[in-house]
Amino acid sequence: MRNHAANKREPLFHIVKRDALPLWKSILVRVIAILLALLVCAVVVVFITDLNPLEVYKSMFDGAFGSSRKIWTTMQNTAILLCISLAVTPAFKMRFWNIGAEGQVMVGCLGTAACMILIGDKVPAPLLMVIMVVVSIACGTLWGVLPAIFKAYWNTNESLFTLMMNYVAIQLVSFFCTVWENPKGSATIGMINMNSQAGWFPSLFGQKYLLNILIVLVLTIGMYIYLKYNKHGYEIAVVGESQNTARYVGMNVKKIIIRTMALSGAICGVAGLLLVAGTDHTLTTSSAGGMGFTAIMVSWLAKFNPLLMILTSFLIVFLERGAGEIATDFRLNESIADILTGIILFFIIGCEFFVNYQIIFTKKRKEADSDA
Amino acid sequence: MLETLALVIQRAVVQGIPLLYGSTGEIITEKSGNLNLGIPGIMYVGGISGVIGAFFYERSTENPSSLLLVLIPLLASILGSGLMALIYSFLTITLRANQNVTGLTLTIFGTGFGNFFGGSMAQLFGEGGSIALTQTSLAFQTSFPFAEKLGSIGTIFFSYGFLAYLAVIIAFISAYVLKKTRVGLQLRAVGENPATADAAGVNVTRYKYAATIIGGAIAGLGGLYFVMDYTSGVWSNGGFGDRGWLAIALVIFALWKPNVSVIGSILFGGLYVIYLFIPDLARSTQELFKMLPYVVTIIVLIVVSMRKKREYQPPEHLGLSYFREER
Repeated sequence: MRNHAANKREPLFHIVKRDALPLWKSILVRVIAILLALLVCAVVVVFITDLNPLEVYKSMFDGAFGSSRKIWTTMQNTAILLCISLAVTPAFKMRFWNIGAEGQVMVGCLGTAACMILIGDKVPAPLLMVIMVVVSIACGTLWGVLPAIFKAYWNTNESLFTLMMNYVAIQLVSFFCTVWENPKGSATIGMINMNSQAGWFPSLFGQKYLLNILIVLVLTIGMYIYLKYNKHGYEIAVVGESQNTARYVGMNVKKIIIRTMALSGAICGVAGLLLVAGTDHTLTTSSAGGMGFTAIMVSWLAKFNPLLMILTSFLIVFLERGAGEIATDFRLNESIADILTGIILFFIIGCEFFVNYQIIFTKKRKEADSDA
Repeated sequence: MLETLALVIQRAVVQGIPLLYGSTGEIITEKSGNLNLGIPGIMYVGGISGVIGAFFYERSTENPSSLLLVLIPLLASILGSGLMALIYSFLTITLRANQNVTGLTLTIFGTGFGNFFGGSMAQLFGEGGSIALTQTSLAFQTSFPFAEKLGSIGTIFFSYGFLAYLAVIIAFISAYVLKKTRVGLQLRAVGENPATADAAGVNVTRYKYAATIIGGAIAGLGGLYFVMDYTSGVWSNGGFGDRGWLAIALVIFALWKPNVSVIGSILFGGLYVIYLFIPDLARSTQELFKMLPYVVTIIVLIVVSMRKKREYQPPEHLGLSYFREER
């Protein structure tokens, strides 16, 4: 497999890392990528359905903003996704690949549901709320800290560990769904405390999702400050850049890893609380619905900046809800949403290359497609 | 008693084969340093591509030949999953995108692709209802004619369709290539330390592309086996479940060795179905049993990382993109 011939040839172009692209240019690249993605999506949709693509996009827009109920649902979904994205962000900034948000959210949901089912009618409402918060956070933290301890002390691969923890969590939820099933034999829980509404988040100003949204908003700002202006945030950034540097300047890397993952898990626990107590009032094996994975995309697209994440999480939710609307409007299988989301994400992922690198051609006359 | 045992083993093998394909493919991919979390999606696409190929072939002729009934879905499946792996390769190798993000996107896309076409293909192309590829699946399920005469031995060893044997063969060939050949050595070098491999004159990009695409195509066959053999040619949406992730778990369990993966896949398959054979199990406890493969994987992961034996570790450069000019 030695190819001397290839080595003698001058490379057609080489790739250089950019220093920094001006903001407007980097935004332009991303906008172009999204437009291209929408174009490809349109081609796909037309190919499958023979429909006018403009109609399709109109119906997508309707799906997200068609009525005030839809707008609230869109905002609510954005809030939950944003919350989970905030959770994975500190870990990612530390280059700790936490792909276990799904599981951490699930155990948060489980903890919340357990409180509502087991002691929902036995303790006064404010106390119940406090217990729910504590339990859900504790559950999420436990799920996040376990892989972190092993990472810190034995360098156990964290992406694989957290990935496996997802399915342990899902099966655990599945177990309890059967234990607490209602009605008997259905293997589902149904609405928890349907009549007493014990443990349900109250509606604010008549909007049942408003409290969720406000909580996440506070978390977002808190996370921004934590990462940007707090000593912890700085330590996270240093560990992420180079663990050796961190050790050299006397940081306790093990402690930072465990503390950061505890935080990550805790916020996932909160997301679980919001999902069960604030949104669904039930628990299923798909309570987290893959958002633990989507959150990774949201966080990464926003370059780990909590404020930008408001935008990226909204973009993802808009796409999903819009595509869902297309599915119902044109009687397509709802999985079309995943296909379209996938295509758009591929383009966004790909365009990062053009933001970070530039291609310099050495000989312009030769055809440049030999690399692809 | 013996017959029950034979049945348990058979069920375990049948469950294990898709995992074996998936893990062999993922091992080859990971050996090049690419952590392809898109494998679950690729396996969906491998399955549905085969279904699409078979669907059109079965519709186009009155008397399909059994050779083409096998060959067309097989090629379609390899093409589909190979293309998926190509997307991943282009994004992570050429465009140096983050591997976790790309892989997860690939899984979203692939699962959606599978469920969309699986759920609506019959509707899109006339007919309606769900797809049942009886003839194709019969061709895929053909096993040794003498299996039934051999009793338990026949059940354990000879009762499967050809894809099951192919999985084992591919696993052993991969193990041999990785361990004993120059190509395998260079591939492992790329996964452990691409900069060193590059300096030694190994074409890192080519190896990464080849390993990822071949790995993806192999993994896709797992999806094909599942739909054509295991479910007898009937596609049900989401029916493949979390087997793709289980395949990734198996990679860790097998310590990145395809030959270990053969045994591991049967063990995982057994853990997956063991609850069916334990009498008087409450339905809730069954769910706990399904947790076993993952728990076992976590334990293996922990033990391996604690023992720090070098040949049991993941490839050193797993999950990182290689950029020559970044030192």
